[in-house]
Amino acid sequence: MELFTNQVLAGIATGAIYACMALAVVMIYQAIDHLNFAQGEMAMFSTFISWQLMQWGVSYWLAFLITLAFSFVAGIAIERILFKPLAKAPVLTNVAGFIALFAIINSSAGLIWDFTIKQYPTPFGSAPFLGSQLISTHQAGMIGVTVLLLLGLYFFFQYTRIGLAMRAAASVPESARLVGINTSWMIALGWGMATAIGAIAGMLIAPVVFLEPNMMGGVLIYGFAAAVLGGLTSPFGAVVGGFLVGIFENLAGTYIPGVGNELKLPIALALIISVLVVKPAGLFGRHIVKRV
Amino acid sequence: MTTLLNVKDLRAYYGQVQALHGLSFSLNEGSLTTLLGANGAGKTTTLRAICNMVRSTGAIEFEGKPLSNRSTESIVRFGIAHVPQGRGTFTTMTVEENLQLGAITRKDSAGIVSDVERMYAHFPVLKQRHTQQAGTLSGGEQQMLAVARALMLRPRLMLLDEPSFGLAPLVVRDLFGILGKINREDKVSILVVEQNAQLALELADQAYVIETGRIVMSGNAKDIANNEEIRKSYLGY
Repeated sequence: MELFTNQVLAGIATGAIYACMALAVVMIYQAIDHLNFAQGEMAMFSTFISWQLMQWGVSYWLAFLITLAFSFVAGIAIERILFKPLAKAPVLTNVAGFIALFAIINSSAGLIWDFTIKQYPTPFGSAPFLGSQLISTHQAGMIGVTVLLLLGLYFFFQYTRIGLAMRAAASVPESARLVGINTSWMIALGWGMATAIGAIAGMLIAPVVFLEPNMMGGVLIYGFAAAVLGGLTSPFGAVVGGFLVGIFENLAGTYIPGVGNELKLPIALALIISVLVVKPAGLFGRHIVKRV
Repeated sequence: MTTLLNVKDLRAYYGQVQALHGLSFSLNEGSLTTLLGANGAGKTTTLRAICNMVRSTGAIEFEGKPLSNRSTESIVRFGIAHVPQGRGTFTTMTVEENLQLGAITRKDSAGIVSDVERMYAHFPVLKQRHTQQAGTLSGGEQQMLAVARALMLRPRLMLLDEPSFGLAPLVVRDLFGILGKINREDKVSILVVEQNAQLALELADQAYVIETGRIVMSGNAKDIANNEEIRKSYLGY
């Protein structure tokens, strides 16, 4: 029983990171109808920025905040420079854009910081949380930061005018323009926020997976699995999907014979495919129905 | 009477296809003007061209200021509220959020709160349903919501594209009654595009008849309604 509880809690902790990645993916998907394959690399680059700041002697939380600000601005810049001109381009052009972005960021990080694995600090320590062997303080910290982030986002989208405008621009762009919303900037804002959320995920998972340019590859696939499971049209679903994938991954690795650590990732991919077959819109997604 | 909106030699294009062929008309401050015509005559295109939602040439002036080459979202800030065909409801959001969105360019939060209450007075059914998803409303209710959302801007001019479309005749009567009241009491000038010519002429004071992208007839709404020849050849009733 203790093993089970332990695995579920650990699953919730990594699930929190998948939830963040899934949320970042869904935010951009809502805004521009494309999956951002470079989301993980953007998060990785942000994490390197924070690491570099700490190497220069900046304290953890200050580096954390500077990295968020940097990521927010960088996300907006990427949208303005690369994807705004592609807004009306076909899907494949956008896909090529994302792959290019992926390769550029991955190689740049390798060039600047090289590909050796680096230790990344955690501000929470790694002692047993509240004296219990079930979960470490860092895992508890991951869950705590994610919950704070989700609450903050909920209030932002539900109770602020700019949040309302962003939702409107994502759901019916033409009507949004007709009430005076600058939808183009709302998309840019969505990119900025998604990039900052990705940065949080990167900085929280780095102490676990260690810092290197390919650290986010697996995480992003779990993030996609979470987003597909929850439904790409539902931010709430993405978050639930993230936690579910985290728990599922850990339980499968523990209890299904022969899965172990090596086969955890294929399990996530199998999950994506099964969901797409059984429930294409995801658990909480909406079927887009058009009246003709 | 001062001219509120002046459209001169308006030509609009969808790709290579020209939809408006040098259309000119004007609209007086405080008037309720209707633009009539058959399917495909260019009524919707005219409204879309005013808000720069379709490629067009020609001069459009609002209170003497040119609107050409301005983005759709900046034209709203002149006080022009456009209720598009199909109502443009934010279906996944609540009725109240839809109203809030109508006032998204305004800064006076106290005024917005009182205007939401004013809309609930105009349209009691919206108050009953204010926490419901707007997509769950009936067609008539959604049209009421669309008009209310447009009024939340405190517009100088409201553009309405076929408000009667898909509504039961009784609901249409109701809606047109409210439009007349808004025009008289709130001093909102209205330009309404309609296929239901008979009803629109009863409501409006000015009318233009449009055919294949040109104005073919203009005048007092009553005169046009009483002219059997025009009615038969252009309005089909």
